[in-house]
Amino acid sequence: MLYREAGQFKTSYRSDQAIFPIVQDRWFMWGLIAFGFLVLPLFANQYLYTEVLIPVLILSLAAIGLNILTGYCGQLSLGTGGFMAVGAYASYNLLLRLPDTNLIVVFLFGGLMAMLVGVLFGIPSLRIKGFYLAVATLASQFFLEWVFARVKWFTNYAPSGSVAVANLDLFGFPIQTPQQKYLFVLAVVVVLGFAAKNLVRGRIGRMWMAMRDMDIAAEIIGIRPLHAKLSAFAVSSFYIGVAGALWAFLRLGSWEPLAFDINRSFQILFMVIIGGLGSILGSFLGAAFIVLIPIFLNQAPGLLGVPLSTAMISHLEFMIFGVMIVFFLIVEPHGFARLWAIAKEKLRLWPFPY
Amino acid sequence: MLGPILETLIGGLMTGVLYALVALGFVLIFKASGVFNFAQGSMVLFAALSVARLSEVMPLIVAVLIAIVIMVALAYAIEFLVLRRLVNQEGIILFMATLGIAYFLEGFGEAVWGSDIYKINLGISKNPLFLFEGIFPGGLLIDREEIAAAVACAILVAGLAIFFQVTRVGRALRAVADDHQAAQSVGIPLNYIWLIVWAVSGIVAIAAGMVWGSKLGVQFSISLVALKALPVLILGGFTSIPGAIIGGLIIGAGEKLAEVLLSPMLVKWFDLAGGGIENWFAYVLALVFLLFRPQGLFGERIIERI
Repeated sequence: MLYREAGQFKTSYRSDQAIFPIVQDRWFMWGLIAFGFLVLPLFANQYLYTEVLIPVLILSLAAIGLNILTGYCGQLSLGTGGFMAVGAYASYNLLLRLPDTNLIVVFLFGGLMAMLVGVLFGIPSLRIKGFYLAVATLASQFFLEWVFARVKWFTNYAPSGSVAVANLDLFGFPIQTPQQKYLFVLAVVVVLGFAAKNLVRGRIGRMWMAMRDMDIAAEIIGIRPLHAKLSAFAVSSFYIGVAGALWAFLRLGSWEPLAFDINRSFQILFMVIIGGLGSILGSFLGAAFIVLIPIFLNQAPGLLGVPLSTAMISHLEFMIFGVMIVFFLIVEPHGFARLWAIAKEKLRLWPFPY
Repeated sequence: MLGPILETLIGGLMTGVLYALVALGFVLIFKASGVFNFAQGSMVLFAALSVARLSEVMPLIVAVLIAIVIMVALAYAIEFLVLRRLVNQEGIILFMATLGIAYFLEGFGEAVWGSDIYKINLGISKNPLFLFEGIFPGGLLIDREEIAAAVACAILVAGLAIFFQVTRVGRALRAVADDHQAAQSVGIPLNYIWLIVWAVSGIVAIAAGMVWGSKLGVQFSISLVALKALPVLILGGFTSIPGAIIGGLIIGAGEKLAEVLLSPMLVKWFDLAGGGIENWFAYVLALVFLLFRPQGLFGERIIERI
């Protein structure tokens, strides 16, 4: 009843090719953005900003990046953490050496550097695929982690190996309180999210999907594998690099290479799989799920009144996390995005299913 | 100069044997069920923890026997609760499921057995052996434990080879590895075979865990060491048992030699804060290798063009 597209006629090519062809979707999207920018800041407190909203948004961006590569182009990658580190350290060095650079340029630079490195490490994908490629991308993860830990120039010869940024501002507006950081991250994520949505439904996205579904058939209909795979690596690493820079600058403030270790790569991969491979919406849902679960697990014993030692809680957290992942894969291997699609299908007929 | 290098080489080869032990577990499961089992490292940790804690209250041999029972039970649980329900899913889904199992095992192992550093005492003297003292000044220094590891590995591989080639179950395993559907159509029960493979790789994990544990102490980092088995697999091929062994030796020796020979040079040229190229050398070696021989040394040739 609420979600019926009957009577919404497409009378022009423009409306036929719209991002959200259904009016309800369009309004929902606008409502969501307005809610994020206007309503949430009214009641959110510092904890909600720094522990929930900012991490979810930034990691969604990284998940979108990985989803472009793994979900849309079918190239499994375990090097996400390494590419995030490239974005973070490239941005840091640009800001360090040219302190007056606009923050947007700084983040773009981080993304572009990650893109370069990503393309370089994407070259093996032209010869191998599947799990072999996954292990090959592990090489980038460990190598990049090592580079940022050992090469002193990147950390500006800091004796502890940890670097920090402070007093960020954009066109004179400071980005220092959690609220300001949140609004900035939200703006970046909205822009890049829509860009990704448009990319994957356009020519280049179809190229990636053809490559994913069957590489030989794609090649025969005239898609160049080199072009398709490396462009997927490039776009994906760009998103991941920007996410890495945002994570370092706005979530952590001061960081060391350990913040981008292999566990980060797995975390993002979990988000992509649980959210749904090949879905931008799924990236957001997956990121929210993976960020919220540990918070919930941390709070649950206290709320239930069960006294447990901290070590036990962290072990239990691992266990429950593992079980949930397996359980989720068994129940819905296509992720939240599929659940959402099913819900929408049901909603179209509701409340008169026959 | 030659003495120390030879010593490094031998030390590296011995470490390589340990990598090979972990890689063996991967290969067994990948061959029989096509599952890329990321939980192998956690299985090694779990097995080592079990042996270490059990041997505190009982003789080592009894502890090992009980650990074997535990690993078989674990294999049964994994088959029954996870694999059976994910039949026919894509490889990446199964891979993610094993990641979930890995998380669970790490938490479960430490929750049950505790999270300190434990020792496994194999009853081998810690004094190193000195060989060829006549040829090299000071002789070559070799750990007795490393020799024990090499012997254990050799016995395991020989045992596995016999198991695969001669026994009835081994033949069934090879048939499943060749072609799932064909194997099923001649009456080989797939679930049973998977159970056996997971149990066998659990037992291999016990061997790997005991050797690692007696060398480094049983601790969380063992499950990370297992990640090193991945470049070994690439080098050797995902489906080849001899490949796992030889790949392990190459990776082990290569990274130790690189650490000793290449690392100081890199530190000098690029003014690094310390070497530690061990962490990535194996992966980069595997990556370069992949460009020239994508199927690994002994892997099945992939005829498909990409």
